[in-house]
Amino acid sequence: MRRFLNLPAVDLIFALVSFSAAFTVLILILSTILVLYNESSLAIHRFGLLNFIFTVDWDPVKEVFGAAASLYGTLITTVLALSIAIPVSIGIAIFLTEISPHLLRTPIGIAIEMLAAIPSIIYGMWGLFTLAPIMADYIEPALQKVFGDIPLIGKLFEGTPMGVDLLTASIILSIMITPFIASISRDAFNLTPDLVKESAYALGATKWEVIRDVVIPYSKLGVYGGIVLALGRALGETMAVAFVLGNKHQITISLLDAAATITVTLANEFTEADTDIYLSSLFYLALILFVLSFTVLAVAKFFLLRAEKHYQR
Amino acid sequence: MDLKRRRKIQGQIALMLSTLAALSGLFWLVFIIFDVLRHGITALNLDLFLEDPAPPGVPGGGLRNAFVGHFLITSVATIIGVPIGVLGGTFIAEYARGTKFARLVSVLSDIMVSVPSIVVGTFIYAILVKPFGHFSGWAGATALAFIMIPVVLRTTEDMLKLVPWTLREAAFALGASYFHVIKDVVYRAAATGILTGIILAIARVSGETAPLLFTSFNNSYFTLDMSEPMASLTVTIFNYAMGPYEDWHEKAWAAAFIITVGILIITLITRSIIQWRYKN
Repeated sequence: MRRFLNLPAVDLIFALVSFSAAFTVLILILSTILVLYNESSLAIHRFGLLNFIFTVDWDPVKEVFGAAASLYGTLITTVLALSIAIPVSIGIAIFLTEISPHLLRTPIGIAIEMLAAIPSIIYGMWGLFTLAPIMADYIEPALQKVFGDIPLIGKLFEGTPMGVDLLTASIILSIMITPFIASISRDAFNLTPDLVKESAYALGATKWEVIRDVVIPYSKLGVYGGIVLALGRALGETMAVAFVLGNKHQITISLLDAAATITVTLANEFTEADTDIYLSSLFYLALILFVLSFTVLAVAKFFLLRAEKHYQR
Repeated sequence: MDLKRRRKIQGQIALMLSTLAALSGLFWLVFIIFDVLRHGITALNLDLFLEDPAPPGVPGGGLRNAFVGHFLITSVATIIGVPIGVLGGTFIAEYARGTKFARLVSVLSDIMVSVPSIVVGTFIYAILVKPFGHFSGWAGATALAFIMIPVVLRTTEDMLKLVPWTLREAAFALGASYFHVIKDVVYRAAATGILTGIILAIARVSGETAPLLFTSFNNSYFTLDMSEPMASLTVTIFNYAMGPYEDWHEKAWAAAFIITVGILIITLITRSIIQWRYKN
């Protein structure tokens, strides 16, 4: 505070104005939590927290609302998308830092980042009109043929392939989050000192061994940060999955079945909510999503800050 | 000898898989863009920009209302969001540099950049739609501004921190007040960076759909009145693509084409400006 008191008047005014602008961020976060909490208080009192989370029913007619189906859909799509995206994006990062000729690094890097600039509604629409039919006609029947007769795993691919299901949504989501993990991992890989890599080469390590035993361990904090950031993004992604998930409140073992996520429920039902408790339950879902993704993103930021400190040493 | 060969083969397989991963990334990009171009170009025509939508199921008409609405909402969001973002970034990079408050705002903004945009929509609905009893263009613009503020704030902070401290000291030594140093020296040195950051932020929010779904909603009529529900390209894409008519799907592709091409071109240009300005 002391540093501001002996500033000239014009400075004092500018400092005050810009301070209130910076303070706006804090106000926005706080008021988001307070407003969402206030709007969902009706549902919170009626259903409680644990009861709401573990109730599968979502029935506007009987006015019984539970988040279990939406949370389940969010969880499955996120986990599936991450398990596809993590190996692919780390492969991309390895390619960009260690394999690719220097001339190609920048253009391919930019091309991958362009994937992140495409608006999510384009992904969703493309998923509905292009990917879903391909999935329904070719990929899903093929999966059923290969895995259908295996016990347990076969259950994952039961049902009629429609293309509008958990699997298609997860694939679109994985394409969307790949650039985040890839570009952060690439930046982290690039920070590995050449000296350390050259020492490993001098011991006779192959290129892959250097990547596996030197580069990846050295940059793991950055990679974790990228993965958790992508997790946070995937949790809250709306339009890319809204087209191809079908918005059906059910817990299904088959990946070839329609489902709902928190975001898809909000996008489809918010303007249709005709009773107070219905709207309040939707606000409750939004509050849970906000707290969830805020926490995940805070963890990601923690990793990235730790990584930054680590590299400065 | 055998071990040596095994290590070599193992390495080659791993590197091949990485190359395949990079190719798959490129494959999706080309696939998506090609598809949007292919469907979009055939659906483009002049009526799209000059006519309002025909009644549902009737072919013809255009999306003039959505183009104008989209432009208005994004412009108002820019007018609200950019000054707050730039000023806030200035405060934490200059007056409050190194303080705990600056760190807190910086970290929280970073988190807010990735917070689900649909939650922003529900928040704005609660404070700007519910009390007034109807959707409005203002609410949509506020929701987009909410998303813009942390993005612009963080780029401004980063760009101001790139300006060497000695430059400020030189100006201080001439007797300039901090306000004049910021206005005439720091902003001037960081102008390209801040401007490109702002343009990238505008490009980003202009592709947003989720925060507009229940703030500006939609409107099948042409309007310039921001206090009414207002059509936007992205929400129109959502409604038309989910709708039953072939004609609607074509219009959705055309709108998708315009948005994708616009955003990709803007992003490419600004990225190359940044690279040209800061890498050399």
